[in-house]
Amino acid sequence: MEAFLDGWGLTLMVFLPLAGALLMMLIPRSHEETLKVYALVFSVAAAVMGILVMIWFDYGQAGELQFVVDRSWIDAINSRYIVGMDGISLPLVALTLLIVPLCVIYSWNHFPDPKNPKAFLILILILETGMVGTFVAQDLILFFVFFEVVLLPMYFMIGVWGGEERLYASIKFFLYTLFGSALMIISFVAVFFLAQDPSSGDALRTFDMRTLSSIGQAGMLGTAGLWIFAGMFVGFGIKVPMFPFHTWLPDAHTQAPTVGSVILAAILLKLGTYGFVRIALPILPEASEDWAPWIGLLAVIGIIYGAICCLAQTDMKRLIAFSSVAHMGFVMLGIATLTDFGINAAIFGMVAHGLITGMLFFLAGSVKERYHTMEIKRLGGILLQAPRLGWILGFTAMASLGLPGLAGFWGEFPAILSSWNPAAILPLETFRTYTIVAAVGTVLAAGYLLWLYQRTSFGRPTEEFATEQFRDVEAPEWVAWVPMLLLILALGVYPNLVFGVTDDAVTQIAAAFGG
Amino acid sequence: MLLNQFLILSAVLFCIGVYGVLARRNAVLVLMSIEMLLNAVNINLVAFSTRWGVSGQVFALFIIAVAAAEVGVGLAIVLLIYRNRTSIDLDELDEMKG
Amino acid sequence: MLDYVWIIPALPALSFVLILLFGKRLPKGGSEVGIALVGAAFVLSVIVGVQWIDRVESADSAEHAGAESAELEEQPVSTEETEGELIESETAAGSSGAFADVEPECSQAATAVDVDEAAQASHGTATAPSAEGGEGGHEAAPETQPVVRCVTWFETSGGDVTAGTMVDGLSVMMIFVVSFISLLVHIYSTDYVSGDRRYTHFFAFLSLFTASMLLLVLSSNTLQMMVGWELVGLCSFVLIGHWWEDKPNSDAALKAFITNRVGDIGLLVGVSIMFFAAGGTFSILDINIAAETGVMSHGWALAASVALMFAVMSKSGQFFLHTWLPDAMAGPTPVSALIHAATMVVAGVFLIARLYSVFWEGFQIFGSDINFMAFIGGFTTIIGALLAFAQKDIKKVLAYSTISQLGYMVMALGVGAWTAAVFHLFTHAFFKACLFLGAGSMSNAAHHSFDMVDDYGGLKKYMPITFWTYLISTLALAGLPPLAGFWSKDEILAGTGSLTEANGNYHLMLIFGGLTALLTAAYMFRTIWYSFYGQYRGHGTPQESGPRITAPLVILATFAVLAGFVNAPWWEFFKDWVEPVGAYFPGEIVHAEFNIGLAALSTALGLTGIALAFLYFWRGLGPHGLTAENRFARGGYLFLERKYYLDWLYEDVIVAAVKGPIARATYWINQRVIDRVVDEAGRTSVRAGKLVYEYVDQKVVDTVVNGSGVAAEESGEELRRIQTGRVQQYAALLFAAAAILGAIFVFVIG
Repeated sequence: MEAFLDGWGLTLMVFLPLAGALLMMLIPRSHEETLKVYALVFSVAAAVMGILVMIWFDYGQAGELQFVVDRSWIDAINSRYIVGMDGISLPLVALTLLIVPLCVIYSWNHFPDPKNPKAFLILILILETGMVGTFVAQDLILFFVFFEVVLLPMYFMIGVWGGEERLYASIKFFLYTLFGSALMIISFVAVFFLAQDPSSGDALRTFDMRTLSSIGQAGMLGTAGLWIFAGMFVGFGIKVPMFPFHTWLPDAHTQAPTVGSVILAAILLKLGTYGFVRIALPILPEASEDWAPWIGLLAVIGIIYGAICCLAQTDMKRLIAFSSVAHMGFVMLGIATLTDFGINAAIFGMVAHGLITGMLFFLAGSVKERYHTMEIKRLGGILLQAPRLGWILGFTAMASLGLPGLAGFWGEFPAILSSWNPAAILPLETFRTYTIVAAVGTVLAAGYLLWLYQRTSFGRPTEEFATEQFRDVEAPEWVAWVPMLLLILALGVYPNLVFGVTDDAVTQIAAAFGG
Repeated sequence: MLLNQFLILSAVLFCIGVYGVLARRNAVLVLMSIEMLLNAVNINLVAFSTRWGVSGQVFALFIIAVAAAEVGVGLAIVLLIYRNRTSIDLDELDEMKG
Repeated sequence: MLDYVWIIPALPALSFVLILLFGKRLPKGGSEVGIALVGAAFVLSVIVGVQWIDRVESADSAEHAGAESAELEEQPVSTEETEGELIESETAAGSSGAFADVEPECSQAATAVDVDEAAQASHGTATAPSAEGGEGGHEAAPETQPVVRCVTWFETSGGDVTAGTMVDGLSVMMIFVVSFISLLVHIYSTDYVSGDRRYTHFFAFLSLFTASMLLLVLSSNTLQMMVGWELVGLCSFVLIGHWWEDKPNSDAALKAFITNRVGDIGLLVGVSIMFFAAGGTFSILDINIAAETGVMSHGWALAASVALMFAVMSKSGQFFLHTWLPDAMAGPTPVSALIHAATMVVAGVFLIARLYSVFWEGFQIFGSDINFMAFIGGFTTIIGALLAFAQKDIKKVLAYSTISQLGYMVMALGVGAWTAAVFHLFTHAFFKACLFLGAGSMSNAAHHSFDMVDDYGGLKKYMPITFWTYLISTLALAGLPPLAGFWSKDEILAGTGSLTEANGNYHLMLIFGGLTALLTAAYMFRTIWYSFYGQYRGHGTPQESGPRITAPLVILATFAVLAGFVNAPWWEFFKDWVEPVGAYFPGEIVHAEFNIGLAALSTALGLTGIALAFLYFWRGLGPHGLTAENRFARGGYLFLERKYYLDWLYEDVIVAAVKGPIARATYWINQRVIDRVVDEAGRTSVRAGKLVYEYVDQKVVDTVVNGSGVAAEESGEELRRIQTGRVQQYAALLFAAAAILGAIFVFVIG
């Protein structure tokens, strides 16, 4: 079994959904049930592979890449098919493999107009391949390919199944992200040409992330390094999204179908932050040190700015979208500290934000399905009309505002704490200012989330809906939500579930910064 | 040295040939003028062979053979033109005009 | 049991889960589960208390036995420590028994203190507590060390952060108070909220609150405390908003939560500062020791103290973050009693008491005349008391009274009277809970109104039990001997006015305290007048509440009478049992002597307050109608009625500005500036594309292509003329060309 997993585990995990998608293309559109079952089976199969891999994963060696496969791929540019998993990838892979089947289950009877489950599910499966692939790829070109694979399905998802302004939103999403990717690939190519063997000074001409991480910026010193980092910074920063590159996000979220929003919030945004942790920091440690104060600055601006924008929203989904900007700000702040604890917190924050904001979008979708509106003014008294839905919304809102004991806290507080004492090379006073500002952000988070909750769930229903009867949470919703809710609680109570896995790997990254 | 005289003869003959080719309207005469041109060349070649070996005479023989073939083909074409148009006046033949 | 105290918070937590899952299906709607498990937690708390006292007593006797050979006592402790330092932590843990392999280190106490420093500061060496783990045989140690047990919570930076329990006098006292009051409130609530449509939900959250509060007080590290701290805030939010259909209630809930969040900025920052200043630890013991030994510099201790004070001010309703507390009375009365009077709001006081070394060093309580904490406390106690006069709602009077009393405790901590503050916390819990529950009992009779001016009156004859218990608690609150409040309040006053230079010289605080004593007595008797005397002004005929309400009242009143004696000057059990001894507590703390003059003075002040209220209300003497006649008096009253305009400042100015104009402006910037840039970039590229298409592509590139075609055509048209089809012309050209070529060869090249 172990030999099999070593050779095939990750590859199967990545490509099973794609195989499923190809298979589903052969089935006629009219066989809806069959299609749904296939989609579920393949996403679950990928998850089962994931679980097997996680069982055989050696947690004592979480700092090392495991299940590595290294095969030649594009010889002309010396790009290889390298996949591998370590403590940083594992939680994110697990998150992806969990969320996708739940999305399939959630959409079981909830396909947005214009229906067509076949195309919808195929897109979800292609997305899954792209996302999981990104998290396990260890070659820059392979990473880039997977990173781009997710773009197109998401573009179609928003553009076809989205709301009124879907065309605008989808094109904005696509082009904006593509713009970032272009800068990113330029950086990758620059790395390819510039990277040197530190001892012999020979050009390495490799895209292998393992090698590149181990040489510590050799050959890319000074301005070159700064520019390369800048390219990656924009590329990843747009995906995160960092202030001021965030404006595609609210539009995309508001227009995307529920499942699209969930995948977008829960996983797609993490590709950006993951890129920082996996590529930008280890490959360009010195440039990271120069850039970190600026990343931190944008992060805390994002925290405050996102929160204040939330307060101005009249649309529930848009509000949640802006809250992502604020929450990802905490993640970026954690990364910017360049300390072990900070980066750990960032990864925890990614997982927590994935679960919590994903959950919030699920809820928003369910509210929309019942009330056919997302306008906060028209909502109210959800606790009366659909008490369980209201309760779950309250629970998730509490998790989102960072209540200790739930998952959100462990992304927020350690990031704040670490910014008090960032890596030794960073400017202390600047970061301490960030600490205070970020702490103020937690108040605003409580403000907008509870205000949202008050206006939508407390009180009595507005006249418009006063006499209507709504279904409370239904079976597919329960199935999709319970695992997420339980995880939010479990991670909050016992954060070691993530910290314990990531710490070894993060320690190695942070070691480059003396922390 | 006799060479000069031969060359002068050849030049005269060549000029006559050129005149014939450019000035005569009758296609048969033009062909004959062409023969004169070739023979002018032949005289040159034979004359030079006295100085640089026999290869000139060999070329002269080749030219005589080619000239025979050329006249054969030329006369056949002239004959066919005559059959079609009952004239061999070159001024009237401008089928190839662009 | 001291090693297994984690069971105590676990029981109510279990109760929460059970009630939430099965509550609605149970015959009593889940309340029976809550009462049973909280009761069990109470019993365990008592057992823990007894064991702790036993431990302290045996330690004391051991001390007495070995009093002559003090140096010998130090020996075992210090050798153990040296060992721990020499052979590294792992081996040190290995010597402590079978659990060694699985047990992480709860505190670095042994290693944190530098060898040299330990040698210099001899008291530090002698009293440094060791994380004892499961060692049973150590209980006879001369110092009464806290019992710390922990498990790995998570690992980061290659190290472990632990979660665990820390049992010492303070936490034992707190778990007793919390579980006791909580149990009574559970029983009380079965009657008070019976018939409420969220009965089950109410009990679930009462249980969760109990669990969180117990977790908070038993925490062994600041991070865990933060969890408990926020969870009690959550429960407070949920229970204040219990009747969330009405907007004022949900507003109050939001206000409470968000105000507490504002204070939590201080907590987040304070915990961060302490974490780094104490050398990277969350452990409360280590942090306190670091502050004591000077590992944590004075500057950092001060910064941490100030930051933490913000947290305290929000949670314990200190000026100027107190405004949420009166609004919190929108919740059901048992909640007010449990959360907003007796337990949760003292979390702030508890925080100071728990991390006292940090505050002690930070504010230099030992040597100054005034400090931030004492001033905040002293000021709060006055302004809270004043506000209590302008309220019609009896619960709000009690709420302001709570603010005032909490101010007392904070002030006491600020002047170095640790034991007095904690003792006041202890006694206050009983009589304040009794007062709140009494108010609830009255509202039960008066159709759920809390408006004592309009809907109460003359209840004395209808509700004798409520009256007597309320009166006793009022007297206790007013600090009349020999009731509980007298002993604790007197100790605080003695602490402020110890008149020795040893603990600083806090005369101002003595004045604050004395003035408040007078005011307290007066406003409390104002409530008695409106509630129990005169004519009944409400609807129907009021009736005494049932036994499930009166029984807790009687029990609490009994405690209000007796609780003070545990620390009466001639016994001082409380001090021995509760006050920590060891390196994690300021060793130089000075205890004020009981001062008979001061006691008499405070009693006299209390009596004066009562007398004034008596004359004003009962006898109708004094300047009635002054507010109608005198502009200044009216202005002053309005100033109080509007609560110093703080609510206006917070809600209408700050909050409204943030969520109104500021939010809109930011969003406007987002849409019109940042997003505009993106949109404009898109639009510009489309426009640029059009331009390029029109002017470059169509006009230039395409023109070149077309032009080359045209040129070829035209040149062909010209050149065709050469081709005449006339053989002789061709030949002429041929020869002419040959001739020219020949000429060139001959004349030019040759």
